[in-house]
Amino acid sequence: MTGELIASTLRVSTPLIFAALGGMFSERSGVINIALEGMMLIGSFAAAVGTLVTHSPWLGSAWGMGGGLLLAAFYGLFVIRLRADQIVAGTAINMLAVGATPFLCKILYDVTGSTPAIPMGERFESAPLYLSWALVAGCYLWVRYTPTGLWVSFAGEHPEALDAAGIRVNRVRWMAVLVSGALAGMGGASLSIFLSSSFSRNMTAGRGFMALAALIFGKWKPLPTALACLLFGFADAVQIRLQGVSLWGGQPIPVQFIQILPYVVTILVLAGFVGRSRAPKALGTPFQKG
Amino acid sequence: MKRKLLQPILAVALGLAVGLAITWVAGENPWHVLQILTKSAFGSGYDIGMTLFYTTPLIFTGLAVAVPFQAGLFNIGAEGQLTLGALAAASLGALLPGIPSPLAPLLACLAAFLAGSVWGAIPGWLRARRGSHEVINTIMLNFVAAGIASYVTLYLLKNPDSQNPETRPIGAGYLLHQFAVFGGAVVSAALPLAILVAFLVWILLRRTVIGYEMRAVGQSESAARAAGIDSGKMRIIAMTLAGGLAGLVGVGEVLGNAGKFRMGFSPEFGFIGIAVALLGRNQPAGVVASALLFGALHKGTADLDLETEHVTRDLSLILQALVILSVSAEGLWSWMKKRGEP
Repeated sequence: MTGELIASTLRVSTPLIFAALGGMFSERSGVINIALEGMMLIGSFAAAVGTLVTHSPWLGSAWGMGGGLLLAAFYGLFVIRLRADQIVAGTAINMLAVGATPFLCKILYDVTGSTPAIPMGERFESAPLYLSWALVAGCYLWVRYTPTGLWVSFAGEHPEALDAAGIRVNRVRWMAVLVSGALAGMGGASLSIFLSSSFSRNMTAGRGFMALAALIFGKWKPLPTALACLLFGFADAVQIRLQGVSLWGGQPIPVQFIQILPYVVTILVLAGFVGRSRAPKALGTPFQKG
Repeated sequence: MKRKLLQPILAVALGLAVGLAITWVAGENPWHVLQILTKSAFGSGYDIGMTLFYTTPLIFTGLAVAVPFQAGLFNIGAEGQLTLGALAAASLGALLPGIPSPLAPLLACLAAFLAGSVWGAIPGWLRARRGSHEVINTIMLNFVAAGIASYVTLYLLKNPDSQNPETRPIGAGYLLHQFAVFGGAVVSAALPLAILVAFLVWILLRRTVIGYEMRAVGQSESAARAAGIDSGKMRIIAMTLAGGLAGLVGVGEVLGNAGKFRMGFSPEFGFIGIAVALLGRNQPAGVVASALLFGALHKGTADLDLETEHVTRDLSLILQALVILSVSAEGLWSWMKKRGEP
């Protein structure tokens, strides 16, 4: 029972970890990423299509990352190049993903609901899970010990200082947003070709926003963010397990209260009721060389 | 003045052009798609009625985004606010079904407004007094509202006569008048109410001290503070009002249409409201006009599934996204302006 719960916690946290770390790149660089949800959704669709075409989950997840990257490039075009409001554009990108995926699905497979099922042997068994934790370690080292990690943080905290040091702020932000899209795409891929066996309509169902919540809960740092993903994944695993289980007296357990827990916790943390979480200083401010 | 009108029109044209180009790539004749859209939105009395039916909630959610925008806040929480507004109206109607007609809908409107405004006040207060960003809080509160609605619907007020996730029906005294001229489309008294509310919001923003102070906070917080305006208070008021406005969506849905709360009744009216407000330049009259446009788009695309081979109603989401993106791309417009000036 406990072992099973741990295993399913680790599994359902995997997409969250990828997406939240993706969000970390763009948000640390100063670009809000509400669009994580959409990038994840495109990723899950592209990965399912890629796997159906190539019969390999590895190539399929590369397609998923490519899909996320493409949408991130579109997002970057608007928020970095055209200085659109990041929240407005992010919301639009999410709508675009919700609309475009069934639209493309209809063109490719003549159904809007979901892609054909991917056979068992062509799906991931556990690789994304290990990969996600390797990524956590990689991000930890990257933030602490590499110059690019420092650049990204400066682009989000003191863009003028970075600019004065001769580094192009918007180029750093472009890189961060693209990486963010690729990782969110991988998060989506682990939904469609690891946790389930096909893409289905709006299958992310708010997981991109939950990843965003984990990022905030984790104070925009890799390790705490991953732990927040685990916590939210645990809540998810518990509520899946308790669904349909009856309490004494035949009353079913209202799992809704477990479902809303991650969101309530995030609101409390952000308000400083439980710890304090501070956003990068220049988050949401477009950079224009003066 | 001219540019104020020109930019939204260009943005719609641009979004529509790109959207139709996409249908061409999908293997359809864009002209044919455009014809279907127009016919399905305005082709008959019934079609016009359905367009107006979708316009009604969009006026409310458009205003719910526009009002905080005037105060410098971004409300992405209209979806949660309207969910709780509808839930409150339906709960009142299910728990006290015996209240007679003129009183019952009035109380239900009040309940919808109050429930929504509580859900707006929370992020407003958090922003003003705790400094946490309303965007994240409203996103999170949308999920919390969905959880509450699901709990109330499935556990507390479940309709025993139905397999669908919905509450027990409300009392007959609550039901709003439905206009008969639209060939069976459910256009209720909620539509004139929405237009009246838009007018009241205009008065509030343009003709009262509160409205003036709210806009001052939105234009420059430091200047407003120097003038002695309590910006925190204005933000709380703006978000509370916005939540209430979104909550009024419940009036049209519960009292004017379904007679109960149905889970998932809203095809994300709250998010379409963002597009409505942006395109309407956050002005009440603009919101009404662009709500009609997006209402028509929503109804128009509904028939694409049947009438075309490759294009589905999901085109409406794509078009909405494209319109939002083209309105919001400040760089695009300043570039065009530069081009236009010799």
